[in-house]
Amino acid sequence: MPRITVTVDGIKYEEDVEPRLLLVHLLRERLGKTGTPIGCDTSNCGACTVMLDGKSAKSCSVLAVQADGRDVVTIEGLGANGDLHPMQRAFHEEHALQCGYCTPGMVMAAIDLLRDDPDPSEETIRHGLEGNLCRCTGYCNIVRAVRRGAQEMGQAVNTP
Amino acid sequence: MIPAQFDYVRPDSLAEACAELGSDEDAKVLAGGQSLMPLLRLRLAYPSKLIDIGRLDALKGVHDRGDHLFIGALATHDEVMRSPLVTAACPLLALAAGHVADPATRHLGTFGGSLAHADPAADLPAAVLALDGVLVAASAQGEREIPAARFFVDYLETSLRQGEILSGVKIPKLGPGWGFHYEKFVRTAQAWAVVGVAVAVKRSNGSIAEARIGLTNMGATPLRAHAAEAALRGVELGDQVRQACEEAAAGSSPPADLHAQPDYRRHLARVLTHRAVRAAAGSP
Repeated sequence: MPRITVTVDGIKYEEDVEPRLLLVHLLRERLGKTGTPIGCDTSNCGACTVMLDGKSAKSCSVLAVQADGRDVVTIEGLGANGDLHPMQRAFHEEHALQCGYCTPGMVMAAIDLLRDDPDPSEETIRHGLEGNLCRCTGYCNIVRAVRRGAQEMGQAVNTP
Repeated sequence: MIPAQFDYVRPDSLAEACAELGSDEDAKVLAGGQSLMPLLRLRLAYPSKLIDIGRLDALKGVHDRGDHLFIGALATHDEVMRSPLVTAACPLLALAAGHVADPATRHLGTFGGSLAHADPAADLPAAVLALDGVLVAASAQGEREIPAARFFVDYLETSLRQGEILSGVKIPKLGPGWGFHYEKFVRTAQAWAVVGVAVAVKRSNGSIAEARIGLTNMGATPLRAHAAEAALRGVELGDQVRQACEEAAAGSSPPADLHAQPDYRRHLARVLTHRAVRAAAGSP
């Protein structure tokens, strides 16, 4: 069984894994990171989106062995010292969720799209989130939340 | 669902990977895994072994080689989309790569993986076919070059032989005067193309000097719309372009599925080709 070393939310783990173990199963079942849900079987929904070496990835579509030596950030690793990440707070403030199942993936994809464009238009946001499905169809509030999160993140950067 | 069991190796060199692949006909190559993983999860594929080539530096990056670009098999869709070399020499590939799936999938999915998977509904095969790309296959015997027109054999089937791994693709530079466009018709975001059309057009004095057209999802393989290409040669930009594009579906046998029947796909091919040719030619 291959042994992998992977950093998740800032903590380094060494794990023996079956080759067929998916990254999302490693996160949820071995490491207890149940903040990352599984929402489909077809790679469509994006609920399981995490950052892999700083870029968004669907953790159901990556083998744990592929993450060997890499850095993973899940929704659980975003906040610091008990505070929500500005994007998480924006989702809360704008009520950008109904059932909440897609939210972890939406937040990760939203943060990812800001790497390209820190002040995205509504159209840019909608394109940037095309890999994430909200099955409650609450997209309007999600787009609003991403705009707000982007503004707050921008202010955080600009405030000394 | 959890994939069925398989063995896993991560060779340190391309030669080693080719040897592994040559010695086991049920082994599969793993690059980014973005086409393979859904097949494994849905248990539509049962490979005995995955040969992970994802860390082989020799297969990475986009390289300028004078009269052509060499796009390493492991260049991700995201890299191809953003590559200044691709944007300068063959922007059609950047346009098509930007239509593949969604941002997260583009971060991991690879150029070579998409071509070797050979799904006729994928966006890149038609673009590579339209650009007369040449695919480079590595094996224990050395390298072999396969023109795109002979690479795609059937549905999910290529002319790669056992023990051969796609190492990259040569894309000839077309020079000045060419315009490009990829037009894709989908029902929902991140969906496979119902039909897609990849076009390169050379303009000369208000006319089309040459057009190259690749069709996505109009048959078991990506296709060139040869009849439309011939009809467009020398045509003045304007109403006659539409007429020439009526030939876009000639000779094709598009599939029937939940999304579209063959006659509707033929209709789409004609309409989308017209749009793509006009856009590529910069004609309103």
